[in-house]
Amino acid sequence: MLAPLSWLKEYVDIDVTPKELEEKLFSCGFEVEELTEVGKDISNVVVGLVEECEDIPDTHLHLCKVNAGSCGTFQICCGADNVRVGKKFPLALIGATVYATAKDHVTVEGVMEIKQGKLRGYDSFGMLCSGTELGLSEDLYPGAGYNGLLELPDDAEAGADVKPILGMDDWIFDIAITANRPDCQSILGIAREVAAVLGKECKEPSLTYTESDKSIDFKVNVEAKDICPRYTAHYVTDVKIEQSPAWMRRRLALVGINSISNIVDITNYVLTEIGQPMHAFDYKYLEGNEINVRLAKKGEKIVTLDEKEFELKDTNLLICDGVKPVALAGIMGGLNSEIKDDTTEVLFESAKFARDNIRKSSRALGQSSDSSAMYSKGVYEYNTEMGLKRALHLVEELNAGKVSKTHVSDTAGNSLEPVKMTAKVSQINSVLGIRVPDEDIIRILAALNFQPVIEGDELTIMVPAYREDMESYQDIAEEVIRMYGYDHVTPTFMPTAQVTAGGMNLRQKTELKIKKALCGQGAYEGIHYSFFSPSDLDLLKLPEDAPERYAISLINPINVDLSLMRTTLVPQMLYAIARNQKKAILEGRIFELGNKFIAKELPLTEYPDERETLCIGIFGENENFFTLKGMAETVADALDVKFTYTPSEKTFLHPYQTADIFCDGVKVGYLGKLRYEIADELDMRVPAFVCEIDMKELSAWYGKARVYTPLPKYDVEKRDFAFVVDKDITCETIENGIKEACEYVTDVKLFDVYEGAQLSQDKKSMAFKVVFTPKDEELNAKTMEGFVSAILENLKNKAGIELRS
Amino acid sequence: MKEKLEAIKNSALSQIKETDSLEKLNDIRVAFLGKKGELTEVLKGMKDVAPEDRPKVGQIVNETREAIESLLAERIAMFEAEKLRRRYKAEKIDVTMPAKKAARGNLHPITQIKNELIDIFGSMGFEIYEGTEIETDHYNFTALNTPQDHPARDMQDTFYLSPEFLLRTQTSAGQIHVMETGKLPIKVISPGKVFRSDDDATHSPMFSQMEGLVVDKGITLCDLKGMLDVFVKKIFSEEVTTRLRPSYFPFTEPSVEVDVSCFQCGGKGCKLCKGTGWIEVLGAGVVNKKVLEGCNIDTEVYSGFAFGIGIERIAMLKYGINNIKLLFESDLRVLDQIDDN
Repeated sequence: MLAPLSWLKEYVDIDVTPKELEEKLFSCGFEVEELTEVGKDISNVVVGLVEECEDIPDTHLHLCKVNAGSCGTFQICCGADNVRVGKKFPLALIGATVYATAKDHVTVEGVMEIKQGKLRGYDSFGMLCSGTELGLSEDLYPGAGYNGLLELPDDAEAGADVKPILGMDDWIFDIAITANRPDCQSILGIAREVAAVLGKECKEPSLTYTESDKSIDFKVNVEAKDICPRYTAHYVTDVKIEQSPAWMRRRLALVGINSISNIVDITNYVLTEIGQPMHAFDYKYLEGNEINVRLAKKGEKIVTLDEKEFELKDTNLLICDGVKPVALAGIMGGLNSEIKDDTTEVLFESAKFARDNIRKSSRALGQSSDSSAMYSKGVYEYNTEMGLKRALHLVEELNAGKVSKTHVSDTAGNSLEPVKMTAKVSQINSVLGIRVPDEDIIRILAALNFQPVIEGDELTIMVPAYREDMESYQDIAEEVIRMYGYDHVTPTFMPTAQVTAGGMNLRQKTELKIKKALCGQGAYEGIHYSFFSPSDLDLLKLPEDAPERYAISLINPINVDLSLMRTTLVPQMLYAIARNQKKAILEGRIFELGNKFIAKELPLTEYPDERETLCIGIFGENENFFTLKGMAETVADALDVKFTYTPSEKTFLHPYQTADIFCDGVKVGYLGKLRYEIADELDMRVPAFVCEIDMKELSAWYGKARVYTPLPKYDVEKRDFAFVVDKDITCETIENGIKEACEYVTDVKLFDVYEGAQLSQDKKSMAFKVVFTPKDEELNAKTMEGFVSAILENLKNKAGIELRS
Repeated sequence: MKEKLEAIKNSALSQIKETDSLEKLNDIRVAFLGKKGELTEVLKGMKDVAPEDRPKVGQIVNETREAIESLLAERIAMFEAEKLRRRYKAEKIDVTMPAKKAARGNLHPITQIKNELIDIFGSMGFEIYEGTEIETDHYNFTALNTPQDHPARDMQDTFYLSPEFLLRTQTSAGQIHVMETGKLPIKVISPGKVFRSDDDATHSPMFSQMEGLVVDKGITLCDLKGMLDVFVKKIFSEEVTTRLRPSYFPFTEPSVEVDVSCFQCGGKGCKLCKGTGWIEVLGAGVVNKKVLEGCNIDTEVYSGFAFGIGIERIAMLKYGINNIKLLFESDLRVLDQIDDN
């Protein structure tokens, strides 16, 4: 919200500096995002009286003597066609800063510093300036639009700073307005706050006008009263479309609005000043002597002022005359009733439309305006009459037409009077935790026009109709503290609260432990988006009926790549690996612990299953299936559980290097090497391996109690075995064969595998270290011999496995 | 006898002195003092010595033995010292060569900050509640005093999954679930991922927040200030102070933005704080009684405060990370820098 200081001063006697006002506004809840002086880039430009002016032969230049009062008299070379003796112009002294313009003298190309110069051999000690060079437009100062020197008033004192004369010492406050205070989206609204925070009076805008005796038979009918609780209109005759006066054009220009014509400018002026969107219809194009406010029929069309055509839905609100739509309510008027140069009669509209309807229509149609922006923030019914009256006052002040007797309205009957509200002073203080003296409460609330009265503990206020945000004593507490000052809030540490036990629960602790264990294996934690792309599922070559394809989609994603809730963490892990490889990082370990989203039904009718999932991705020439398996084992170790693995298949993993992971017979995940064709698709230079573990499944084993086993009384015995076996005999088969043959075996570890020349082609040799732990007595040589032969016999019977000879 | 002993002694001592290795010294020891050594042989001749001379000869024998042994010991020590010295020298290394250590990764910077927050608030008695990323419109907005046509909905661009379900825009959504359990008092933090349709250098469509909620008897704005003071000192530094200023959130009233004094310049004004001396870190406020009433909490007895912290914002401030996107790209060059050890 832009507010020029000069405009605010019309309502409040501001006697602090702009900087001080910025701080005051900040402290009471209005952050000034930018405070800019109108002439911020201009310095050292003074009034110069041209005393002599001679043409320089064979050029368009003039050699002038310019009197700048106490600053001195200077010889200036000037090329402008309107330089005249006896006239006053802005003179930029040496060292001054002004805007540099292109050859066309119109396009601004940054700021320049004035230096002593020489033109055609003549010294020039400064520069006479145009309006553009001072950053002024015709709207900001009459004459400033001329492509030549800007002529200053005759009474300007030579040598005086031009800034105050040209209004360039004005300041623009760009104020952030919180969503609960749409009443402050106007000069008047801000002025009320400024008055309150400075302890000053806020003047009311002039709303007076004289009605002529003209009138017409006209009526307004609002069908959709829930969306349009108040619609008012006033008929104006004898309109003469002209340019607005300089003061109005300047004010609009200061807030970035182009001047169009007196009638259109009045509507924009009221919008800015009062916060009431207005519309002016050319009355001669309105048919049937009536205005109807209704929802559009499906497929109904309207062409707006900017010549765009819209096909409407039955949720869009229309303003219609007796025959046709004439405005898209709250958004933009229709082209068919636009104000033109020959307009002679005008119907001014001032209405309250529901915030949500206008916002939704504006978004759905992709059409917006300053009016729709204001309605979307919220316009108070209170403003409707005030805005209309202000517009009519301005019509009279600008002599733009005659105000008729015809004032029509249709309302839902809501009161515009202040509403009584009571609260306890003690309640207010108990919200704040401090005791604000009654007299300060009274002072603050009075300054905000709440007409407060305190009797004992009872506070009564009258809430102005423009303060719809006031709902309870908490709102009053906020009004009090923001004006009283948050620095009065003294820190306390919940002296009346109960002591509570805090901290992580078992799941949170366990998962942190797992994460730390993985870090200990050289892995870095990554975090990826919860949404991914439909093409990510194609990347994994998942079949059409894969459960991963049953993904929840976003109705309004940023783009298609972020349009599905992920059903696997793998694609983003693969992209992360590929990105690192692209950055020439050719080895690394990454893990992510995050949710995948499994819908029970689509579209969603209940909360989906957010399954915590661990994804581990490793890559590099030194990585292989077993280094990744080591990462999975790290997870098992952190939980003190045992994982088992069986060969498996995945569309995106190596057909012979993939396994499912089981914990106590329950499938909890899988791991494997990324298929070459996918690695190629992602331009990977080194192999990658991924593992996904369902933590929700695994959580059944969280918090397993660790129990101490007493150390054996006798030393363990170790034996090494080397077997020659068929190539497809698995390690697990032999391990199990050893374990089940002897209950004293507590550990079996493969330590060597050999395939090659010394063995036949279909054989391999596997060497195991077996640990035997004694129970009640020492294991002597004879017992051990028995154990070994039992093991060998079992292996032979089970799978024809023999010792390597 | 005496002469013989003298000769043995001289011979032994001179041989010991000339010897240049431990092994040879051992040979000499055996040659003189061993079972068949020269000195041992001499001792065997003691029986021929007259009894009255024996003590004296014995003494000479002992002296001879001691002299040999002493020199032997001295030389052995010398050679052993030399041997050790050579061994050490042979093992000379270049200490500037790289260290060998087990590779160690890091927790994600967001996890690190989250853990820090959990530690701080956990020690103040806060439990941790993790809500769901997919929420209903009711929990994310309506129950937080943000009904359908509320302008505050415009403050947040929401991703919808269906008319009813959405991606939560704020961890505040968890507040209602916690309050609905009916368990009082409440002291809970709720960290998690949130989503808004924003995408530029300072905005990511997914980021992390941590909501805090206290509901108990007699909780005031001063308690909020007191708790936040403790929090910012722990997370930033002891010198940091807080400043409250008015703001607006539908579910708190009064609502405040909380700034901390700039921990880089100490409040003098620098690039980090954009010259203001203050850095905005979180939003907070006294829980709106409408929200409490919606959860059937007696507002005559109970009141509370809530606050919401942007975890990425804290991480970016603490680590000086300038682009939020870097946090979600798993670039190992980035993750390696933010060490958690």
